Amino acid sequence: MLRYVANRLFWFVPTLLAMAAITFVIMSATPGSPFDPGGANQISEDAIRQLEEKYGLDKPVYQRFGIYVWNAVRGDFGISYANRPQTVESIIGRTFPKSLELGLWATLFAVVVGVSLGVLAAVNQNGALDYASVTVAILFYSMPNFVMAFLLILLFAVYLPNQGINLGFSIGGWDAPIDRVLPTIALGAAPLATLARYTRSSMIDVIRSDYVRTARAKGLAERGVILKHVLKNALIPVITLVGPIFAAVGTGSFFVEQVFNVPGMGKFFVTSMQSQDQTMILAVVLIYGVFLAAMNLIVDLVYGMIDPRIRY
Amino acid sequence: MAQGSASQPRDRPLDVADRSVLGEAAPFPQRVAEAPVSGMAALGHARELAGRRQRSLWGDAWRRLLKNKLAVIGLVIVAVFVVLAALAPILAPYSQSEVVDFRLTRQHPSWTWPFGLDANGRDVFSRMLYGARVSLVVGVLSQGIVLLIGVPIGAIAGYYGGMTDNLLMRAVDVIYAIPQLLLVLLFVNWWGPGLTNIFLAIGLVGWVTETRLVRGQVLQLREQEYVNASRVAGANGLQIMLRHLLPNSMTPIIVALTFGIPTAIFTEAALSFVGVGIRPPTASWGQMVGEGSKAGYVQTDPHMLLFPVLAIGLTMLGFTFLGDGLRDALDPKAND
Repeated sequence: MLRYVANRLFWFVPTLLAMAAITFVIMSATPGSPFDPGGANQISEDAIRQLEEKYGLDKPVYQRFGIYVWNAVRGDFGISYANRPQTVESIIGRTFPKSLELGLWATLFAVVVGVSLGVLAAVNQNGALDYASVTVAILFYSMPNFVMAFLLILLFAVYLPNQGINLGFSIGGWDAPIDRVLPTIALGAAPLATLARYTRSSMIDVIRSDYVRTARAKGLAERGVILKHVLKNALIPVITLVGPIFAAVGTGSFFVEQVFNVPGMGKFFVTSMQSQDQTMILAVVLIYGVFLAAMNLIVDLVYGMIDPRIRY
Repeated sequence: MAQGSASQPRDRPLDVADRSVLGEAAPFPQRVAEAPVSGMAALGHARELAGRRQRSLWGDAWRRLLKNKLAVIGLVIVAVFVVLAALAPILAPYSQSEVVDFRLTRQHPSWTWPFGLDANGRDVFSRMLYGARVSLVVGVLSQGIVLLIGVPIGAIAGYYGGMTDNLLMRAVDVIYAIPQLLLVLLFVNWWGPGLTNIFLAIGLVGWVTETRLVRGQVLQLREQEYVNASRVAGANGLQIMLRHLLPNSMTPIIVALTFGIPTAIFTEAALSFVGVGIRPPTASWGQMVGEGSKAGYVQTDPHMLLFPVLAIGLTMLGFTFLGDGLRDALDPKAND
């Protein structure tokens, strides 16, 4: 077990290095300078060159990459070029918790509603409830979250209030607790659908297995069979999905945050790219990479704990 | 699935016993080449005698697809989308950059302008038709690139295995670990906005999924009897890949492409939404969403936002339904 974890952790390193390297190479091939403000208030070429020199951007790519990695290992991710003199850590430290909070809500929403829908569908296989939940799942599944976000806004913050039904939803913000509801649904809808589909098919597989027939044959109540025997085993494959879902959702969906004006990390996806804020982009890429890898590792370990057939 | 077959022995060289059983190797390929043709002909003849209609794999799949309600809905949506996109210049009452009346900005839907006018007084309906063209072009061309890069690399990695496989798949893993949208953004930021750069970027980022899929298929298939037989008959790696491995991986590739197109369409919409995609005045759904979602417009003029959002949503829905249906219809293990 420890050996397995150590091995997996060891492979983190080259993967993260390669991810950073790819980003680094593309960023340095991109024309322009992070210190060129563009638009009206131009600063002189000289000033730009001085700033680049100050932040070490005049050095060749491989040297800069080396310096970056060396600093990053020691926990120094540099200064955000576009938001001088703020450091990347301070910006991430301020915005990441908000993305994480939204991500947690969305994951929670997706797991609770998705798994329940899947279970209900499987228990009533081919019944009305099954069709209803499958339909909801496929609708949610095919909608990109930003389409979902706008539809929710148009319905709950524009159409219904215009009809005199004001439920208190606004078109964006992150102050009142109710502001979390629509972004959570928009972000959680697609993973909810995925979870519902997986839960349903996994449940149906287990319901048909021999030991469930045995459990029924020995006279257990249906409720007991489903809760004790089916659910426990059927959820094993479902758990593997929660990790990647949380990783994807927790690092901030740019669109949902943009649409609902959430002050999270997601917005740096595009704004740092446009302003060539290399240190910021690298941080976003690396956070995503670490997050995803960590989630996958945790999922594999949890998997080993709940499924006695798996040994590392 | 892929891991399971990876543990099987690879490219087992033929031992002497095998060769002696087969006898002389030279005349064998010709016989193999002829045999299936006459065999099939005989089979077809037998079927005709039995009075049964001949069924092909594709015919079967098509019938199964038409039986699936959701798939038919998807097919219709996709067909309407393609026709509207193709005929945009004929169907659209105005050109995409034409200002109908600069005094009538953000006019709400009416009989004259069914989807209303936008902030510049342009016809939203006409712009959406032209926007469909952009979506279609991006969807199809980006998947063309995905095919051209993803399939050969997946086939090579799966067929040759060993070091080649390891190197290629580690590279794929790294690209896969970076959020795809972020990578597309990096590329578009590097090359600048515009239609060509967008589908190139989406293609160059998206091939990794296809590669993994094709590799998995090839890993399974290459241990099959008929592949061994073909190898014995003297076919080289390229011939085996083109004649046996790829044709037999066709159905998952088709399904993946059906799901790849909407993803690409969405990516373009997303890029144009944040202003790094299609440059105005060329219309794109994402760009229209971006304009319609500006703070001042959402509450007062929701039509500018609603129609392009619905168009993107419907297109996604259509392709997903079709993709799901195709996956079921093309499954050779499914029966009617």
